[in-house]
Amino acid sequence: MIRTDSLTKFYGRRQAVKDLTVSIADHEIVGFLGLNGAGKTTTLRMLAGLLAPSSGRIEIAGKDVAADTAEHRWQIGFLPERPPLYDDMTVRGFLDFAARLRGFDGARVARRVDEVITLCALQDYRDEVITNLSHGYRQRVGIAQAVIHEPMLVILDEPTSGLDPVQIIEMRSLIRNLKEHHTVLLSSHNLPEISQTCDRLLVIKNGELVMSGSEGDLGAGIGSNTRIRLELSGPKATIDATLAELAAAKVIDKPQIDATGDTFDVHVRLLGDRPEALSRALVEAGLGLRRMQPVKAELESLFLELTKGAPS
Amino acid sequence: MSRTKPSALSGITLIVKRELGQYATTWSGYVIMAALLLVSGLLYNVFALGSTPRYSADVLSDYFFFTSGCTLIIGILLSMRLIAEERDRGTLPLLATSSLTDGQLIVAKFCSAFAALLLWLGMTLYMPAMIFINGKVSLGHVFAGYVGLALLGAVAISIGLFGSSLVKSQLVAAIIAAVITVVLLLLWMTARVVDGTLGDVLGYLALHDKHFRPFMDGTIPTGTVVFYLSICLFFLTLARNVLEGRRWRP
Repeated sequence: MIRTDSLTKFYGRRQAVKDLTVSIADHEIVGFLGLNGAGKTTTLRMLAGLLAPSSGRIEIAGKDVAADTAEHRWQIGFLPERPPLYDDMTVRGFLDFAARLRGFDGARVARRVDEVITLCALQDYRDEVITNLSHGYRQRVGIAQAVIHEPMLVILDEPTSGLDPVQIIEMRSLIRNLKEHHTVLLSSHNLPEISQTCDRLLVIKNGELVMSGSEGDLGAGIGSNTRIRLELSGPKATIDATLAELAAAKVIDKPQIDATGDTFDVHVRLLGDRPEALSRALVEAGLGLRRMQPVKAELESLFLELTKGAPS
Repeated sequence: MSRTKPSALSGITLIVKRELGQYATTWSGYVIMAALLLVSGLLYNVFALGSTPRYSADVLSDYFFFTSGCTLIIGILLSMRLIAEERDRGTLPLLATSSLTDGQLIVAKFCSAFAALLLWLGMTLYMPAMIFINGKVSLGHVFAGYVGLALLGAVAISIGLFGSSLVKSQLVAAIIAAVITVVLLLLWMTARVVDGTLGDVLGYLALHDKHFRPFMDGTIPTGTVVFYLSICLFFLTLARNVLEGRRWRP
């Protein structure tokens, strides 16, 4: 279990992270979402031990990491946005170096290096010099160095950044495979990607945690599962008037109306949980209610909703 | 898979091997060493040997005097990349998240540059060897001179390492280190125009003037050894503090 308690970071007078309290269960994959400057990287760097918090605590397996920094480093694997690789080394040579740097020796190094090479699907590139690798394979080597010492928590800062669609699918599979042995915390701007990879999402805005949960939880949290799509038939003037009355009565918010041939496609959001009031008003107005369907909001729109007002 | 906590020594050795490999596999290591070897050879021929007959001991003293300048320069050139390059290439997080503490990392970097410096000093041995064979000097004189050069080189490396810890650019790191070194070298001139205790203190802190001369003349004064080691420790501590300080910066 990894816990942060009122984690706060000031850069001068600017508060980059504000009272961040989160818990991450063992073997959970958690995605960290936020706009640029929201405090994601600062939080990840604090968890990785690269940045000291201004206040607050980080606990790993019940131990305050401030009490034993060396032990903390031992339990964390970190892939920064720019993978920390020595370009002049071969993949195997670099992973050998990383393993020894983190305490493996002798035969155990060779065994562990082979394991992570297989885990990260680097078999065909094991003797390749890192400078010759594509971006996607550099990311894989970056992940390999982050997990080489079998840390409890693996932190990946934008692991899919700059990857093509095929590489993203492969990276998703790789990250999912990490779950078997590690807890994974990753940040990404690729919203559909993060929803497919992660068990849980943490949304951060202006350094504050604004939401924690699954994609569905996020939608529920901002009421976006009450978006309704209507297919109506009848005079346009009646539709406009009825929806305006409903909006004035705070049953729905401002509707979006599109004409689709003989019918009208209307998107509204229920302001209270009163769908029956909406349907009754439409029928009583003499309109044909051909369809009334809840709309699942896209992750992207949920994200924009949650981070609305945050400086980008 | 069970792990054993790595010893600091194994981590330091690993970094030293990697750094020495870097000197050996990049052109910069060879160019720096060859260039300074050439310069020290020229200085030896032109100024130390000269064109008039001289006592061997004087020739050797002058050799150490001129080589001390080359040693300071190579110390800075060997150390300017040690941290700055890691920062520039984005590889510092790899080391920072390893089991090594910042202090151990600085020691490892220092040892690697110092080993390279000793290698370079070894390559200069042919010059005092020629004096030893053709003239009349004691091995003790040669040994004392090289102890002095090694200590002076260690000081330059520690100053270079401090400069390297401050910035990403190796060039800027070298400039910072060179400025600090020149200031420390010229303190003896400042001491001449400052009266009283402050003048004495400045004179004492001068890197070369009073401190290196005994080594040139074949003695190893304990006080000066302590002085050079203290300067080393001071700048290595500063470098470590700079690395630790990055945990507080964006």
